[in-house]
Amino acid sequence: MITFIIRRLLIAIPTLVIISLVVFLLLNLAPNDPMAQVPLTVPPEVKQKMREALGLGQPIHIQFFKWLVQFFWIEPQVLIDYLFNTTFSEGKQRIISWQTRSPVMDIVVQRLPQTLWVVGMSYVVGILIALPIGLYSAYKQYSIFDNVGTFVSMVGYSVPPFFSGVFVIVIFSVQLGWLPSIYDTTHTVVDWETFKFQIKQMVMPVMVLALQTTAQINRFMRSASLDNLNQDYVRTARAKGLTEWTIITVHVLRNSMIPVVTVIAINVPYIFGGALITEQVFKVNGIGHQLIGAIYANDLPTVQTITFMFAFLIVSFNLLADIIYGLLDPRIRYD
Amino acid sequence: MRIKSLFVGLAAALIATASFAGRGSDGNVSIIYWQAPSILNPYLSGGTKDIESSSMIIEPLARYNETGALVPFLAEEIPTVANGGVSADLKSITWKLKSGLKWSDGSAVTSADVKFTGEYCMDPDGGCAQLEKFDGVTDIATPDDRTIVVSFSASKPNPYGPFVGGQTPILQKKQFANCMGAKAPNCTAENFGPIGTGPFVVTEFKPNDVIQMKANNNYRDPSKPAFATVTFKGGGDATAAGRSVLETGEFDYAWNLQLAPEVIANMEKAGKGVAIAGFGPLVERLEMNMTDPSPSLDADTRSTRKAPHPFLSDINVRKALSMAIDRPLLVEIGYGKAGDVTCDLVPAPDLYAAKNTHCLKQDIAGANALLEKAGWKKGSDGIRAKDGVRLSILYQTSTNAVRQDFQALIKEWWQQIGVETELRNLNASVFFGGDPGSPDTYQKFYADVEMYANTFDGTDPQAYLSAYRCGNEPKPESQWQGANINRYCDPAYDALLDKLSATGDLKKRGEIGIQLNNMLTKDSYTIVPLVHRGRVSAHAKSLGGVVLNTWDSELWNVADWYRIK
Amino acid sequence: MIEERNQEKVGSLYRDVWDQFKKHKGAMFGGVIFLLIVISVLVGPFLWPFEANAIDIRSRNQGPSFIHPFGTDQLGRDTLARMLAGGRTSIAVGLCAMALTIFLGTFIGVTAGFYKRLDGPLMRLTDLFLSLPLLPLLLVMMLLFREPLSSAYGPERGMFILIVFAIGITSWMPTARIVRADVLALKEREFVLAAIASGSSNSLVVRRHILPNVLSPILVSATLGIANGIITESALSFLGLGFPPDFPTWGRLLNDAVDYLQQYPERVFWPGLCISLTVLSVSYLGDGLRDALDPRMRKR
Repeated sequence: MITFIIRRLLIAIPTLVIISLVVFLLLNLAPNDPMAQVPLTVPPEVKQKMREALGLGQPIHIQFFKWLVQFFWIEPQVLIDYLFNTTFSEGKQRIISWQTRSPVMDIVVQRLPQTLWVVGMSYVVGILIALPIGLYSAYKQYSIFDNVGTFVSMVGYSVPPFFSGVFVIVIFSVQLGWLPSIYDTTHTVVDWETFKFQIKQMVMPVMVLALQTTAQINRFMRSASLDNLNQDYVRTARAKGLTEWTIITVHVLRNSMIPVVTVIAINVPYIFGGALITEQVFKVNGIGHQLIGAIYANDLPTVQTITFMFAFLIVSFNLLADIIYGLLDPRIRYD
Repeated sequence: MRIKSLFVGLAAALIATASFAGRGSDGNVSIIYWQAPSILNPYLSGGTKDIESSSMIIEPLARYNETGALVPFLAEEIPTVANGGVSADLKSITWKLKSGLKWSDGSAVTSADVKFTGEYCMDPDGGCAQLEKFDGVTDIATPDDRTIVVSFSASKPNPYGPFVGGQTPILQKKQFANCMGAKAPNCTAENFGPIGTGPFVVTEFKPNDVIQMKANNNYRDPSKPAFATVTFKGGGDATAAGRSVLETGEFDYAWNLQLAPEVIANMEKAGKGVAIAGFGPLVERLEMNMTDPSPSLDADTRSTRKAPHPFLSDINVRKALSMAIDRPLLVEIGYGKAGDVTCDLVPAPDLYAAKNTHCLKQDIAGANALLEKAGWKKGSDGIRAKDGVRLSILYQTSTNAVRQDFQALIKEWWQQIGVETELRNLNASVFFGGDPGSPDTYQKFYADVEMYANTFDGTDPQAYLSAYRCGNEPKPESQWQGANINRYCDPAYDALLDKLSATGDLKKRGEIGIQLNNMLTKDSYTIVPLVHRGRVSAHAKSLGGVVLNTWDSELWNVADWYRIK
Repeated sequence: MIEERNQEKVGSLYRDVWDQFKKHKGAMFGGVIFLLIVISVLVGPFLWPFEANAIDIRSRNQGPSFIHPFGTDQLGRDTLARMLAGGRTSIAVGLCAMALTIFLGTFIGVTAGFYKRLDGPLMRLTDLFLSLPLLPLLLVMMLLFREPLSSAYGPERGMFILIVFAIGITSWMPTARIVRADVLALKEREFVLAAIASGSSNSLVVRRHILPNVLSPILVSATLGIANGIITESALSFLGLGFPPDFPTWGRLLNDAVDYLQQYPERVFWPGLCISLTVLSVSYLGDGLRDALDPRMRKR
């Protein structure tokens, strides 16, 4: 197992470099223009000058090399400076966003809290709801509970968030006036009252996001449990006189987790990039929102940087999932 | 009991008047823009959201008011030829700063700051978005601390380009001295928190998200602004912004609600706020391609002047296409009170508005007759053709609910005059982008007809009309850059343009402007205007002092805003 | 058990599956509903007198009435006609995109799980596709393939191929990873080891022993995939990367109606209901199919 992990970690480095190169080429090939959001009243010659000031005229391989150096050499120095109060990075060119003309990483750090709070929380909530429901649905297949659960989760999955988000806003903000429709990113929690407000403004985005997660994981959990409930070992366990509770929670749950772990691992990176519609509807302005805004404005340095961080998470979580498979089912071997 | 409540009311009224006079006594005002500001330096970003948000912090010498007239801001008065501020040959303009002006850090505003701002933008490596405003400037002199003389290379009938309007506010020399040219983008702290003379100063700026501001203690009017703090939230969509002001009351002001009229009307019913509309020179129009966009042509010929359009080069076809359109209905469906019918490219200001009315009534029968007379006969499929050329149009625009409704309606009307239409909608960031490698930009115009809106800054349309000069069209040699989208070319038009740039008398300029407008619209149907678009914004009923201004930043008079109690 | 199944004749196997399927009430119900939806969107546009794109400006914004049972939209187009026409596209896109997703996902997942040597490269490829930003990828695809496809197949069919392909190649990855994970575990189970030991060819082992046992996650992916296809298509139209604007789809109708949620709630209701109903019925159908194909369930 150890050699497997080490080998995978070593392979991860060229994988990530190749991914970043492919993404870079893709972005440069895409017919976008950072000047698209500049009003038509600005004449074309001026736009051309603005493009040149952004460094767009340089050959692609130089642009890519510059980005590599900035990301892997200068940005870590900035982090070290920040942590230990040193001055390694002083005067060095960081990755600068074309939209805001400020370091991309600063904005990422600025947006991390609401991303983790809202999107991360919704994910945890979604998983915690989905696992028991999926397991119980399978245990009592075709019971009322199972049918209702299936119905709700399929409706939840098939209704897109641009609709469900607006729908809850109209009900809870406009009609009832209970919850704020716009997430206040400047809000800080200092006491009980502000904490209550934070919860209030998180309820709707978390629920809308959790609905999607719940639906998906619930479906996989249910079908995997169904497969396992009919296996011989369950019968053997029952014959041995184990309690139903032990059979379900220890044996069935453990053996049903493989597809579920896969889905969870694939989706965790999306916390940082996948919730864009929900972030847009509630104006949570997390990292996903930053990414989509940068894509629209064709802010290549931002898109490239966030996409790379995203790729890093995907590679790590998929590795983690592979390790967990081995723990869940000792028969799985990679060597 | 009644007497007591009377007293309470009286006291409240007293406090209200007192607060009206006091700086920072009205608490917080919250503004929402559905496009989020990404930088507070308008010289590095031409975006409206950035210009308007920074206009609360930094100010120009003069602004346009809601009628389009110039009003002095940092300047003492508006220089004109009559008061001697503009030289008789129209080659220089002399501005004088108000006395005792202070930056928000307490230092004095001097003419050196103004001169510096000019140099900052004109630096060749800076990539300044407002460079056009400084077109023709040869020198900025500062005879004394309060006087600025801007000289131009040629006579400038409209010398109010530099330092006028929200696009070119004055920066502080001390703060930006190290941010010239190539270093401009690296000055993050400066670009996110410019020191200004405006009513507010930045306390926190989260790019593409939110700005927090507080009242400027050194603002020139000691009783203003009435609000102590501002929350400026950005992002999302127009529907959500409108909802937050009109329905939930979470925000006080929402900018540019591009929504269907009935949606806005329904939101207003909640009673929390009101929608207000104002008109600038923004016109939604159809652009006719005078050149052949056929995919069968090679890249150097397609949509260039080398190949005239197979049927749109016939004026009868263009005219018939315009006649078939029911403009009042388009306004009713798409814009409501935020739109008006128009037949002009320049619908405002009054001086330059031709006020044509020939296109206002739909005339399907007339359009059919015109095409019939011109030899375009209906085939068995109901589509007109002449000499084997079918009237089949590719009609493109950007993705936007109202534009797609317009496309559907216009397709239907053109169907009725025997014209076949294929619709295409494109992502705005591709359509309005200038990537020469993309076939889908509005400049490349690989379609027969396209629809979008355009306008001009300030009140003088000279630069706007100059776009249609011969040779200014996008073409492969110019990397498809250029503003003459239709590839229009008429020597008489160019001659008239030259005459306009040499004329100083306003009345005569107006006459020439109207003539130019008519050449493009009424006489040639190269541009088919559809709707004179206004802007709809919304404010809470408790927010006073709002004057919607479409000629300058909407937040131009934010210093005068107050809370109605 | 597997041996038993292999000894059965193919004909009786199908009858067996059908018998089991019939017993599954949910699946029968889902099947009937799905069939009804498909038949109505296929035949409906020929029977219903209104055209999906016919504008009748005088009768715009009408509520449900005898002439327009679902009402009309802001241009006076009949909503029922648009729903029928839109359903055709949406269901076609959903099914085709799902089929492509499942095919790619299963193929890559099984190959990676079964052949150890291919596991690394294929999973790194999966990582790459998971990391690609969707929107720029679509823009590039439009740039490269739209004109050739629309000149070869016409603007609408060309767009259909492009959209199905775009959704397919951007959503096969989760299926591939799930299938691979299951295959990794299955591969070490006794009956697979026994089959390999008895000299069965690899492709036979995959078809006989691996595929039937990874059926349930594939079917779940398939039902989720249809919903995903329909909704992604609407997002594409919304971004201006989809069908021409005069080409209704359920996703687009839902999208257009969200702004009118408060005035005309029925406009959101119909497309929302149809998407949900389709997904639900397919989901029950998948459930029944899974049970019917599971030999252990059949014996119960």
